Amino acid sequence: MAFVKYLAALPFLGILVGVPLLNQVEPLILGLPLVLVWIVLWIVLTAVIMTIIYICDPANRDTPESRQ
Amino acid sequence: MSAALIIIAVTIIAVLLLGLRARHGKDMNLEQWTVGGRGFGTILVFVLMAGEIYTTFTFLGGSGYAYGHGAPAFYILSYGCLAYVLSYWLLPPIWRYAKQHRLIAQPDFFARKYDSPALGVLVAVVGIVALVPYLVLQLKGLGIIVNAAAYGSISPDVAICIGAAVVTIYVMVSGVHGSAWTAVVKDTMILAVVLFLGIYLPIHYYGGYEAMFTAIQAAKPGFLALPPQGESLAWFDSTVLLTALGFYMWPHTFGSLYTAKEERAFRRNAALLPLYQLILLFVFFVGFAAILQVPGLKGPDIDLSLLRLSINSFDPWFVGVIGAAGVLTALVPGSMILMASATLLANTVYRLFHPQVTDVTVSNLAKALVPVIALVSVLFTLQGGSTIVALLLMGYAFVTQLFPSLLASLLPHNPVTREGAFAGICVGVATVAATSLTHTSVATLLPALPEALRDLNIGIVALLLNLVATGIVSALTHRRTAYA
Repeated sequence: MAFVKYLAALPFLGILVGVPLLNQVEPLILGLPLVLVWIVLWIVLTAVIMTIIYICDPANRDTPESRQ
Repeated sequence: MSAALIIIAVTIIAVLLLGLRARHGKDMNLEQWTVGGRGFGTILVFVLMAGEIYTTFTFLGGSGYAYGHGAPAFYILSYGCLAYVLSYWLLPPIWRYAKQHRLIAQPDFFARKYDSPALGVLVAVVGIVALVPYLVLQLKGLGIIVNAAAYGSISPDVAICIGAAVVTIYVMVSGVHGSAWTAVVKDTMILAVVLFLGIYLPIHYYGGYEAMFTAIQAAKPGFLALPPQGESLAWFDSTVLLTALGFYMWPHTFGSLYTAKEERAFRRNAALLPLYQLILLFVFFVGFAAILQVPGLKGPDIDLSLLRLSINSFDPWFVGVIGAAGVLTALVPGSMILMASATLLANTVYRLFHPQVTDVTVSNLAKALVPVIALVSVLFTLQGGSTIVALLLMGYAFVTQLFPSLLASLLPHNPVTREGAFAGICVGVATVAATSLTHTSVATLLPALPEALRDLNIGIVALLLNLVATGIVSALTHRRTAYA
């Protein structure tokens, strides 16, 4: 968990730094503007990253101690 | 009466009945009425939180902003996902503290943490001030839908009044249980409608997404990327940051956190909810499809684009189905917002002056305040003038001012003092209020600044001033208490 949680910084970099770098319409990817595809990609990656963090976090284990 | 209007009327009646049923057999004390007795599991909390997020704002405001502004609308897609990342660590400690102290509303949290009822009142006032534009935008949305579904036979002003009456009745009969169950119906319906419109309209009018975006790019080059000035990259980053930090600062969102049964629900939602954002993509597709099909909507009228295009494309009965989904997206959050502001006023402000008051009295007072707040919001709504997105951004600029002192209060050794929190919130809110009342922005105040700084969202500028004030006053008052 210790280092896994730092993955949570990636969505912030992807959106706040990535969007300014990739702010263009063309090329269209899968028919969509590039900047839009980039944001959608980060939404999916955020879900993946948070799932990994959830699984690795001992607070979510189903033991009697961790149950609140 | 058009077929569209009949379908919408039937939906409203069904929702009211569902609200009544949800209350049936429940003993409604203040805690029951506002936080559902803290007994909701992951799925209901998920639906309730999603329900608040997918409002008229996304349905009409999101498509309208894509139609009228283009790429800047993508900020709506971006901030939620960052907010969910934060929520993983932010919400569980808030929930634990609230449960431990049996807190009902957001100001109780600040009042407890800083041991200052006055700070609680300040937080309540900020919350109410921020909720008004949020409620106004829901009523505006309801007005637009009813007016469009009646094919103009009901004037927009009358439509807004009808919408406000429905929300008020709904809140008074059902409380939070009604919201949860209606949210389930609403989310299913909005999901189906938005997916259908977002897929069908681009294919029907253009033959596909690639053809649609190529056509828009040819007609309005650069419209689908952020512009070099105005709603530029600096605007995008500052707006995404402001709204991501403010996401859970809304009094009604804060209140709905208390409804959870266990804290793991929040962490699980942090992984699930980002995907839910993808629905927005289809909302944007509708707005983009409208650009070349119903051109010419300007100013606040951009919010009409989804319904205008629907009326051009479908039979009245299907416009009714779309309208009914839209009514639900305004009703559920509208009721949460109304309830939150009524509870805030009754529980925090009234209790401050009458500390001995019982829960029953507060609960009754909160219910009595519901129509009053609705009426005030109707008066604001009838003034008109702003787009749905502009209204929400104004609300966000207010609530985000609560973030620094909230975050500090969760630290093991809170560096912020009561006076520091007070000063910071006041400075931040005053900055937002002054600039929105005088319609100024960073660009008009300091035109000599470089482009990137001029386009910053005023809410972020206010947040920086807030941080400075919090820091200075905390440092001063800290020393005094140390010497005392």
